[in-house]
Order: sequence, then structure tokens, then C-alpha cells
Amino acid sequence: MDPVLLSRIQFAFLIAFHFLLPAFTIGLASYIAVLEGMFLWTRRPAYLRLSAFWVRIFAVSFGMGVVSGIVMPFQMGTNWSRYSELTAAVVGPLMGYEALMAFFLEAAFLGVLLFGRKLVPPWVHFASAIIVAAGTLFSAFWILAANSWMQTPAGFEVVDGRFVPVDWLQVIFNPSFPYRLAHTVVAVYLTTAFTVIGVAAWYLRHARHAEESRTMVTMGVLLATVLLPLQLVIGDLHGVNTLEHQPQKLAAIEGIWEGGPGQPAILFALPDERLEKNHAEIGIPKLASLYLTHSWDGHVKGLKDFPKEERPPAVLPFFAFRLMVGMWLLMVFITAWAWMVRRRGYDSRAFLYASMACIPTGYVAVTAGWTTTEVGRQPWVVYGHLRTADSVSPNLTGADVLISLVLYVVVYAVIFGAGLYYLMRLVQRGLPEDLPEARPDGRPARPLSAAQDA
Amino acid sequence: MSLDLVPIWTVILALSVFMYVLLDGFDLGLGILFPFAPDDRARDAMMASIAPVWDGNETWLVMGGLGMLTAFPVAFAIIFPALYFPVLAMLLGLVFRGVAFEFRASASAGRRHWWDRAFFWGSLAATFAQGCVLGKFVLGFELNGRQYAGSTWDWLHPFVLAVGVGLVFGYVLLGATWLVMKTEGELQRWARAKARLASFGVLAFIVLVSVWTPFLHQHIAARWFSWPNMLFFSPVPLITALLALWLWRALARGGDVAPFIASMGLFMLCYLGLAISLFPYVVPHTLTLWDAATAPEGQAFLLIGTMFLIPVIFTYTGWSYWVFRGKVRAGAGYH
Repeated sequence: MDPVLLSRIQFAFLIAFHFLLPAFTIGLASYIAVLEGMFLWTRRPAYLRLSAFWVRIFAVSFGMGVVSGIVMPFQMGTNWSRYSELTAAVVGPLMGYEALMAFFLEAAFLGVLLFGRKLVPPWVHFASAIIVAAGTLFSAFWILAANSWMQTPAGFEVVDGRFVPVDWLQVIFNPSFPYRLAHTVVAVYLTTAFTVIGVAAWYLRHARHAEESRTMVTMGVLLATVLLPLQLVIGDLHGVNTLEHQPQKLAAIEGIWEGGPGQPAILFALPDERLEKNHAEIGIPKLASLYLTHSWDGHVKGLKDFPKEERPPAVLPFFAFRLMVGMWLLMVFITAWAWMVRRRGYDSRAFLYASMACIPTGYVAVTAGWTTTEVGRQPWVVYGHLRTADSVSPNLTGADVLISLVLYVVVYAVIFGAGLYYLMRLVQRGLPEDLPEARPDGRPARPLSAAQDA
Repeated sequence: MSLDLVPIWTVILALSVFMYVLLDGFDLGLGILFPFAPDDRARDAMMASIAPVWDGNETWLVMGGLGMLTAFPVAFAIIFPALYFPVLAMLLGLVFRGVAFEFRASASAGRRHWWDRAFFWGSLAATFAQGCVLGKFVLGFELNGRQYAGSTWDWLHPFVLAVGVGLVFGYVLLGATWLVMKTEGELQRWARAKARLASFGVLAFIVLVSVWTPFLHQHIAARWFSWPNMLFFSPVPLITALLALWLWRALARGGDVAPFIASMGLFMLCYLGLAISLFPYVVPHTLTLWDAATAPEGQAFLLIGTMFLIPVIFTYTGWSYWVFRGKVRAGAGYH
């Protein structure tokens, strides 16, 4: 068995499952900070009850995100030691800053956010919520800087095969970074929004927490109304950026084999890598040229313009991209529907069921988008400079990696299965009956001594 | 060639690893003690005593890993593939024990014991695996040029396994003395007894490893037993012995904080002893810190942030420990 392929499967598996959690918690941290702020501002109890409820969900999700995240940097050491050694001077500091600016910050203030409501003044608790939210965004900044550098490397020179940073501003703000950062942050905010909307829909359907649930739907829908059109613009800019810097990836996404002017937007096809053509192609003439080059007759390169050993796989990016766009369309649909039933207090059975069914849209979209961009970068790990096949740890055998892969799959099945089950139970349990108490006037003599809710 | 940044990176890396060992050490040790606690109320209190801080403690592990990647990538690329399975065991152990905090609180009363077990076995596996990582590090790595040339199973060696067991005792001592500091009443008395038991194990393994290590490599023996080094380094075993005495007295006399400080002191002395044995190697016995260092451009960029941010991190982490200061009681609420 090939240790390279198995290591790739292992990394893809671990990062896909890890990313489901930040995809939710980045947005949720911001949402909790907003709820806490709204409560301090309006004193409306619904906000505090909502915050207390989502904090509990956040604790479970964030814990799973932390432990599955600790696994990631060590993958670089155990399975991708050649990559680590050659890119360390560039990638190491970017990830180091993530730990220094984000992980420590989140960890310290998370403790206060989760357990400190009675121990610190309300404004310190609110500040902790903001700091945790900021920490999640710092984390996204640095890890996406590292990832974007692998996609569109800049600001370095290669000395004896090693990547040596020359200009850090160019390394961080490499060509695809601003687009990827904006695209990803908007995507994870949308993921949280549709999770919140779906949970609220479940409560409304079961006639529970009506006031708070309407607030949740309204907040989610307002956010989606702003972010969904914005995501379309950012996505388009990101695509144009990919056309410029990673033309093979773009050709795979669009399903274009023969380069040339006036490319159609292919809605559906079955790309065939062996025959280098599409089967069952349905497309809109010239549309791809229009949105990629902003001209009906714009020239777009096809996969056949590149030697076979420099092409990404054709099938996976093509379908993953369409899946992502499909999720965006579902979100638009739910948002529009929400506006129509808003006057009725969202009291429409069909709408509520549709909203519940659309909880996964964000998670599917980010996973599909991630698959598109990462598979589209192949066969390179650092685009144009270092091949994935040359990055794996040389001493690993296929059997070694198979053992670890099987163990990871088994453990993650247990952990993620249990995690999902407990999250659903927390939702089922509902919002807290009593308002969480803020710190009384005097500081209690014994921290954590008076149980809030068991 | 500008300033040599290797010494300062050595200090940062050593600090990160030491912070990790101390902080996650008491976390993990507490996890190993978990199933032996008197009752469920005691277990709730134990968990509550570390719930607000464990995540920050584990972050030092990530910092240590990334610090090594940034400053000594050659060492990173040798050590981690060589320790493929111990690192795997450590990561899976940390996954199980990390989720146990929240899952245990969410589980129904009938299923809670599953996550008690996950917490125990995860903590034990992670600790033993970390001990194996340390043991193999001291033992050294087979290289071909600057690449690892051994197999993924070379770490299976009696010395490595012995260090693994030794670290289990060490973390249990930290966990038990942490509990002596954070609890009172019956739970504290129990923790005190466990700390005493663990301290015998720790001392036995300190002696065993200290005697064994010089036999592993000629140059380690020479480092310690040549004149005048013997004189310079003689305080290390002496202070270790004094700390052990202090620990026992504090445990016997009912001190709350002293046992934890004495245990941390023991760890510091062991760490110092290790540094004396291994300096200047980062891949012991073959590559020095300077051999394995990265391009100074990468080191310098992260160094600026590190010098500024580490004091900030110490400040707010210290503040969060301060918020949760004092004794935790059995039956303490979660959230």
C-alpha cells in the first residue's frame, strides 16, 4: 500500500472532521458575544437565556474542536516530515502566531466565559465573550494565511530545496489570501446562521421557547440576507483570482478540457480523465467566459493546456464545487422563504421543516469548498514548487499509516457520534428555565461552590 | 550572518515544553487518579478543579510542537516520524480525555462512567506515550545524514518503557498535590495519601533513570562524572533529595500548597538534569541545536511576536487562574 495515498486520506479525513467544528464555533462565538452585548444593552431576558443555552453548546463543540485540532500540527510531523522540514521557515511562524495570538487567548477567556459568570463583573464576562470570538477569528486569519501560501506561494526564495521567507507581508498577504479569508469567514458565519435557524425552527415546530426562537430566526435571517449576496461577490472574485494564479484548478472546477474563447458555464457533466472530455454535458454558452473574464469571448485555459503530471484530478473538484454552489442556493431559498412567512411569526409547517432539513447546508458547503480548493491544488502541496508525493515522511510504510488511519477513523466515529448525540440532547433539553445569575455584589468565598444548573 | 537566534529559541522551546509538562502534567495526573477517587462527588470536584484551565494547559503542547517546527525543523522532521506510534497514542489519548470533560457533564447518570473511563484511559495513554517520547529522545535516533533512518518501531526499548512508567508516577504526583491544594476534607486527605504513594514511585524512577542514563551513552557519563563537572553538577541530586524531603514533610504536616510546589520543583530538577545530559543536542547524540536550526528569517519573524506575546499570555492566563482561585468543593456546579 502506498503511504503517500494513505497519508493523504488520513489528513483529508482528520481535517474534514476537525473543520466541521470551527465552521460552527467561529460564528457561534461571535453570536454569543452579540447575545451577551444585546442583553447588557436591552436587558431583555431572552438574550441572556439564549446566550446561556448556546454557551453550553459552544462548550461541547469547542472542546471537540480543540482535541481534533491538536491532532493537526502533529500530522505534519508524523506523516509529512519532508514537507515540514522544507517549508518550516515559512509555515512554522504562521502557525506559531496562530497558537500565540489565538489558542492561548481562546483557552484563557473560554474558562471565564463558561464558568466565570458568577465570579467576574458582567462587563468582564461580556469582554471574555468578545475576546473568545476575536480569538477564533485570529485563528482563522493565521491558518488561512498558511493555507493560502501553499495555494499561491509568494514572498520567498528556494535555497537548497528549502523555502526561505524574504518578505513576510507578501508571504501573509499572498495573492489568494484576502479572498480565501473573506470567503471562509463568511461561509462559517452562514454555517452558524443556518444551524441557529434550524434549531429555532425545531423549537417553533414543537411550540417551545416561541419568543426566543423567533429572535433566533430573525437574527439568523438578517445575517444571511447580508452575507449570501456578499458571498456571491466574494466567490466570484475568488474564482477570478484562481483563474489568474491556479488556472489548472479553475479548469477542473469548470470542467473545461479544451482551452479557448467563449467558454460555456457547465451546469452538469461527467468528466472523463482517460478520454479527456466530458460526457452528458449541459452548459450555458459563453457564460463562464463572462463571469471569469468579464467578456463574452474571454479566453479560459482548459485542462489539456497543461501536461498530465501537472493536472489536478478532474472529477472531485468539479462535483464538490457544484455541491457547494447548490448549498448556497438552498440557503438563498430558505432566506427568501423566511422573509415571506415573517409576518406570521414563521408559523409555517413547511418552512419550519425545510429550515430543520437545511441545518447541514453550511457544513456540506464548507467541506465541499475545502475539497474543491485542496484537491484542485494537487499534485502540489506547495503549488508549483513542492509535490505532495515528495512531502511524506520517508520512513513510513503503508502498514504504519493504515494502522493509524483505521484507529483515527474508529476513534472519530465514537467521538463525533457521541458529540452529535450530546449536542442533540442539549437542544432537546432546551433553554434554561432560570436566568443565569450574574455575580452578586460580594465575591463568593468559594469559586464554583454554588451549583448553577447541574 | 546576523545575530545567532538559536540560544533564545532553545530557551523558548525549553520553556514551552516545561510549561506543558507542569500544567498538563497535573491535568493528566488527575485523570489517572480519577477512577480511584472515593466517590462521584469527589470526581465532580476533581473535574471542576481543572475544567476552566485544561485547554490552556494543552496549548503549550501545540506551542512546543510549533516552536520546534519553526526553530529546529530538521529535528521536528526526524523525531515525529520516528515516534509515529507513541505520538499517535498520545493524540488519541488526548482526544478521549479532552472530550470527556463536556461529554461526562452531558451524559445521563447511567452512561457517565463511560466517559470516566475515557478520561482515565486517555490520560494514562497520553502520559505513558509522552514518557516514551522522552525516553526515545534520550536514547537517540538512527540517522542517515539529516534524515531518520530507523523504523517506526525503534522506540520499543526497555529504557523507553521505563521512562513511560516513570512519567505516569510523576504526573500522578503533580495531579495529587494539585488536588491537595484545591480541595479540602476527605478528598484532600485521600489526595494526600495518593501523593505520598506516587512520591515513592517518582523517587524510585528518578534514581533508576539517573543511574541508567549514563550507561546509555559515553558522553553523558563523561558530562556528569568528569572533574570539575562533578562538582558543578553535584547540587542537582542534592537539591532533588532536599525537595523530596520537603515534599514528604509537607504531606505529613498538612501543608496545602507546599506539596504542589515541591513536586513542581522535582520536575524542574529532573528537567535540568536532562538538559545537562543532552545539551547541545536537539536530536540527541547526533544533531546539535545549531545543526538543526532553520533559516534565521523564519526564526526572527516569530521571535518578535513571541517575545511580546509570551508575557501577555502569562498575564492573562495568570488572571484566569486567579479568577478560579481557592478551594473547589465536592458537588461544585458545572457551568
